[in-house]
Amino acid sequence: MLISGFSLDCERLPAPLPIWRATVRAETWAVVARGVSAQAGRLVALWASDRTRGASGGFAVSAAYALREGLLWLDLPLAERAPTYPDLVPIFPGAGRMQRAAADLLGVRAEGFADRRPWLDHGTWPEQYLPLRRDGAEKAAAALREATDYAFVRVEGDGVHEIPVGPIHAGIIEPGHFRFSVVGEKVLRLEQRLGYKHKGIEQRFTELPPREAYRLAGRVSGDSTVAYAWAYCMALESVASCELGERAGLLRALLLERERVANHLGDLGALGNDAAFAFGLAQFSRLREDWLRLSKEAFGHRLMMDCIVPGGVAADIDSTSVDRLLRQCDAVEREVRALRQIYDEHSGLQDRFMTTGRVLPELAARLGLTGLAGRASGQAADLRCDLPWAPYDQLAVKIATQRTGDVAARVAVRFDEVFESLRLMRVILSRLGEDGGKSGGETRTELRLPAKTAFAAGWVEGWRGEVFVGLEWDGEQGANRIRRCHCHDPSWQNWPLLEHAVIGNIVPDFPLINKSFNLSYAGHDL
Amino acid sequence: MSWLGVFSQLLEIVMALLLAPLLSGWINQWRAWLQNKSAPSVLQPYRMLHKLFNKESVLAEHASPLFRGAPYIVFGCMALASAIIPTLSTDLPLSPAADAIALVGLFAFARVFISLAAMDVGTSFGTLGARREMLIGFLAEPALLMVLFSASLISKSTSLTTIVETLAHRDLTIYPSLAFAGVAFIIVSLAENARVPVDNPATHLELTMIHEALILEYSGRHLALLEWGASLKLFAYSCIGLALFLPWGIAEAQAPLALLLAMPVLILKLAIGGALLAVLETVSAKMRIFRVPEFLATAFLLAVIGMLVHILVRG
Repeated sequence: MLISGFSLDCERLPAPLPIWRATVRAETWAVVARGVSAQAGRLVALWASDRTRGASGGFAVSAAYALREGLLWLDLPLAERAPTYPDLVPIFPGAGRMQRAAADLLGVRAEGFADRRPWLDHGTWPEQYLPLRRDGAEKAAAALREATDYAFVRVEGDGVHEIPVGPIHAGIIEPGHFRFSVVGEKVLRLEQRLGYKHKGIEQRFTELPPREAYRLAGRVSGDSTVAYAWAYCMALESVASCELGERAGLLRALLLERERVANHLGDLGALGNDAAFAFGLAQFSRLREDWLRLSKEAFGHRLMMDCIVPGGVAADIDSTSVDRLLRQCDAVEREVRALRQIYDEHSGLQDRFMTTGRVLPELAARLGLTGLAGRASGQAADLRCDLPWAPYDQLAVKIATQRTGDVAARVAVRFDEVFESLRLMRVILSRLGEDGGKSGGETRTELRLPAKTAFAAGWVEGWRGEVFVGLEWDGEQGANRIRRCHCHDPSWQNWPLLEHAVIGNIVPDFPLINKSFNLSYAGHDL
Repeated sequence: MSWLGVFSQLLEIVMALLLAPLLSGWINQWRAWLQNKSAPSVLQPYRMLHKLFNKESVLAEHASPLFRGAPYIVFGCMALASAIIPTLSTDLPLSPAADAIALVGLFAFARVFISLAAMDVGTSFGTLGARREMLIGFLAEPALLMVLFSASLISKSTSLTTIVETLAHRDLTIYPSLAFAGVAFIIVSLAENARVPVDNPATHLELTMIHEALILEYSGRHLALLEWGASLKLFAYSCIGLALFLPWGIAEAQAPLALLLAMPVLILKLAIGGALLAVLETVSAKMRIFRVPEFLATAFLLAVIGMLVHILVRG
C-alpha cells in the first residue's frame, strides 16, 4: 500500500470492508501517521495490548487510520522493559486522550507527550495496577487508594472564575465532570474529566467465550448496541472467514437504521427541550416510544440488544412484521416532516440553534471531528457511502452534510439522516418482503474459529459515527480465546471538540451544545 | 376603616395564600395538556408544600442567619404584596400604607434578600443564579414602574386602590396608553416570574436555570416558603394585571354585597389568564440570556410610549 509516497507492506484482512494490517518499526510509526494526515486520512483509534505470551511477545501499540481506500491497522511492537512509542499528538491532536488511556491501562507511554496526567484512573486504582497487563488480575486485589486531585488547566485573569459541574448532574444522565472557566456568562475554557464509568469492559472480553462476547459488545454503549454488536460480529466473522448471508445482512442494516432513527428522534426532542420548547420533546418522545415498542414486538427488544449474533441475526422477521415496519416508516416520515417545519419556522428555537456551539470545517478537519458532528462541520465521511459494505453497496446511501457546524447544522443533519434512513428501510423491507418473506436464504451461519492467531477488525457507521472493534484472536494450542478486544467509540474524537465548540459561548447554552453532540460516556470510559 | 374593610382585607390575604398554589397547579396542568401529556392533579402544589413542610431543612455548614432568614422575608414580602393589591375589594385598610411605588419596592426587597442568600453559601450555582436574577431585575423593575405610572396618569394617583376605582368606573372607552402598558406588563411578568421565554420553571438543568439556581441550596420548610412565595408572586402579578387592565368586578367600599360576586369573577379571570400563560409558554422557546435585556427594554419602551400617548391624546 502506498501512503503519500511511502510504501507499506500490508496484509488484507478478510472483512466486508477493505481493512489492511501492517506491522511497523518505531521509525516508521510517525512517518506513516504524517502520510495519512497528508492525504486527509483520519485517526480512527489508538490502543495498546499485551502480547507477552503470544507469538510476537512484548507489548504493542496499534493505530487504526481511515484512508480513502479503507482502514489501515498499524501495529508497533514495543520493548518489554521500557514500552514507549513516538507521540502522535502533533500529527493527530485527537490521539492525546487515547495515549493517556493506553498509559493507564497498560503502562505504555508516548515519548515526548507532555500530558502525563492519568485519564481513566482517577488515582484510586491500586499501586502499580495496570488492568490489561497479563499480571493485572493479581494486582487488582490490592487496596484502592484515595482519589487524587486532577490538575485542571487554570485560566488566570480579572474576574475569571470556575464553575465545576458534575460528575453527578441535575438530570438523570451519565456521569462526567465539566470544569468551566468563565468571565460573567462567557465561557473562556471548558475542560472535561471523564472515566467515571470505567468498568473494565476490555478486560472482561478476554474472559468470555468468543461466541458469547457479542452480548458484552452490545453493552458498551446502550444507545449504539446494534452498531457495536455488528462491529464485534464483523470482526469475529472475519476471524472465522465466514460469509454473511444476504438476508442476514439486510436484517442487520435494518436494525442499524432503526437504531439511528430512534436516537435521532430522541435527540431532536431533547434539543427542543433544552431550549424550553417542551412541545418538541413531547412529540418526538411519542414518536420514539412508538418506534421502540414496535422494535420490541418485531425483534424482541426495545433497543434491539442481542439481535445481531455472530454469523447472522438472532431471529428473522415475518411478512406481517415487514408490513407493520413499512407502515411505521410512512407514518413517522409524515410526522417528522411536519415537526421539521415547526422547528425550522420557530424563530425562538432557531435563534437558540443558529451560531451556537460552532465548530468550523477547518477546525473540525484539523482536530479530527468525526461522525454526525463531523458531517455537520463539513467533514463528509460516512462509511455507508464511502466504503459501502453489504448490503449498503446496493442501497446508494446519500450523505447528509452541513458546513456551518453549529447546533442548527447538527439538527439539520439529524433530520436529513432520519429521512434517508427511512428511505433505506423501505428499500430493505421491500426486499425482505419478497417471496413472502423467504428470499435471501439463511439468517444465521455457524462460525468455525481457526486454531491460529488472527487479527480482525469490525468497522460500522453507527448513529454517532464510526464504531471500531479491533480483535486479536488466540486459537493456538486449543486456547480459543479473545486475547484483546478493543472497542472504540467516536466519542473519543469528539469530546475534545466539544471543549472547542463552547469557547466564546455563554454558560446557559452549554446544555444545548452538549446535547447537539450527544456523546457517549460509557462508550468512552469502557 | 370599616369592619367590612377589615373583613375584606383578611379575606384577601387568606384567599391569596390559599389560591396561589392552585393557580400554579392550574398552569402546570394546562402546560401538560398542551403537550399531549396527562397532567398532574391541580392540587399537586399543595401536596408539594405539605411534603416540604414535613421534611427536615438541611443547611450548609457555613450558612449565615441571612440564609435562614431570607425565605421568611421573601414569603412575607409576597404575602404583603398580595394584601395591598386590590383583588377583591378597593376598601382595604392596608392600602394607604403602600402605593404602586412601594409595591415595586417590596418585590425589589425580596429580590435583594434571595440573591444575597443565594450567594451566602458560596456555591457557584447560587452565585450564577444571583447574577442572572439581578440582570433581569434591574431591567424589569423600571419597566414595571413605568407600567404603573401609565395607569396612574389616568387616575392621577399612585395609590393602587384609587387607580383601580378610577379605571373600573370608566365607560368602555379605549385608553391607547393602557394597551401599550398592558403588553409591557405581560413581558415584565414573564421575566419576573421566571416563565418561558426568560426562564424555565420546569427545569433543573443546572447551567441554564435562574430562579431554581437561587433556591438550589434550600430544603424542607425553607424551600416550601420559597415555593409558596413564588406562587404568591405569580398570583400577585396576575392580580395587578387584572386590577389594572380588567378591573371590572372588584368590589368597592360603597357596595359590600359586591364582595360575593368579586370572588367568582376573580377566579374566572385567573383561570383564563393561567391557561393563556400556559399557551404562551408552550409555543415559545427560551431565549438566550443576553436577549433578555432586549426583551425587557422592549417592555420599558412600550410603557414609555404608553405614557407619551396618554399625554398626546389628552393634549
